[in-house]
Amino acid sequence: MAEHNPYVDDLSRGIIRENPVFRLLLGMCPLLGVTAYFINGLGMGLATTAVVVASNVVIASLKNYIPTQVRIPCFIVVIATFVTMVEMVLQAFQPALYEALGVFVPLIVVNCVILGRAEAFASKKPVLRSLADGVGVGIGFTLALGILALVREVAGQGTIMGPDPESAILLFGEGFEPMGLFGQPPGAFIALGLLLGFANMLFKKLNI
Amino acid sequence: MERLLSIIFIYILVENFVLQRFFGICPFLGVSRKMETAVGMSMAVIFVMSMATLVTWLLYTFVLIPLNLEYLQIVTFILVIASLVQLVETTLRKISPTLYQGLGIFLPLITTNCAIMAVTLLAVREEFAFIEAVVFGIAASIGFSLALVIMAGIRERLELADVPDVLQGPAVTLITAGILSLAFQGFRGMLTL
Repeated sequence: MAEHNPYVDDLSRGIIRENPVFRLLLGMCPLLGVTAYFINGLGMGLATTAVVVASNVVIASLKNYIPTQVRIPCFIVVIATFVTMVEMVLQAFQPALYEALGVFVPLIVVNCVILGRAEAFASKKPVLRSLADGVGVGIGFTLALGILALVREVAGQGTIMGPDPESAILLFGEGFEPMGLFGQPPGAFIALGLLLGFANMLFKKLNI
Repeated sequence: MERLLSIIFIYILVENFVLQRFFGICPFLGVSRKMETAVGMSMAVIFVMSMATLVTWLLYTFVLIPLNLEYLQIVTFILVIASLVQLVETTLRKISPTLYQGLGIFLPLITTNCAIMAVTLLAVREEFAFIEAVVFGIAASIGFSLALVIMAGIRERLELADVPDVLQGPAVTLITAGILSLAFQGFRGMLTL
């Protein structure tokens, strides 16, 4: 057996084997809430990645100074700080995305994916491995958001890269009548349900 | 008065927190398997959500705004919610052990329920007055409970249904939620603030 690199392992774990959405069913609220358009889903994924990476690194480096009894409030304060920073950066440089994501940006703080990683990984493992883990989980979450948003935007609007009409690409020409349902809340639930079923089938086939 | 009534109607039915706004999906999927747990969770959420809206609104208006500390909103709100949950837990254990027994296990879960955080943030963002904010908190929590209890009723029956292998568990629950959400879609546009 080839030598095992723990960093590669930490990085890859969050993407497929322990994908926060498809395997662990965490972070469902932003997943459903912002995926009407691909851009929004991707933006949300990247924002969450930034927070999970930063909070993982900080928590891993502070783990010896945080008393065990009050660790959860400490983690939450660290996470909330980074969420505030991400919110300010988005507001300053990506105002359109900030508007589109709305209240889901501050809600990154209660995303259980992030607190879950802090509690299960960063509070026990060294800094660099926590960094790798954060990146992996971030990519896994972004992947899930991206796929769901792509499905919903293509089916619900017939475009990709919307809602801005300048960047939106019409996929099926002018005469296409999109399934409006997928842009609406019920479509989000149904699309995610079907996607989870599909992922289950795939995992079973590939024996992961 | 009219405005208060419309807030109640809107946030219970039209803009239902779970089915239309996607807040609190995790407990919605997690504890809707049995009617009993769903009712317990609903009670705990109604309690904490109303309290949280009240406290955070006062704190934001009378502490953060005068001191120009609006950027501390996220940190403050999440800490208020976490300590409120703790407080409710301790008080309840002292004054009403029976209620504590009923709600006990659900209380810690509530801290990471994004519906609570969402209601406090939205109360500020929508610029509600004090009474409106409190009514909004109560209405939103009733909306959450309504969705949870309906879902629990459906899922108890779903247990007996023959579901395809790969759709077992959360997948079929989400599709069911989608159909339920479709039903609530009927209230769309009925009333706006």
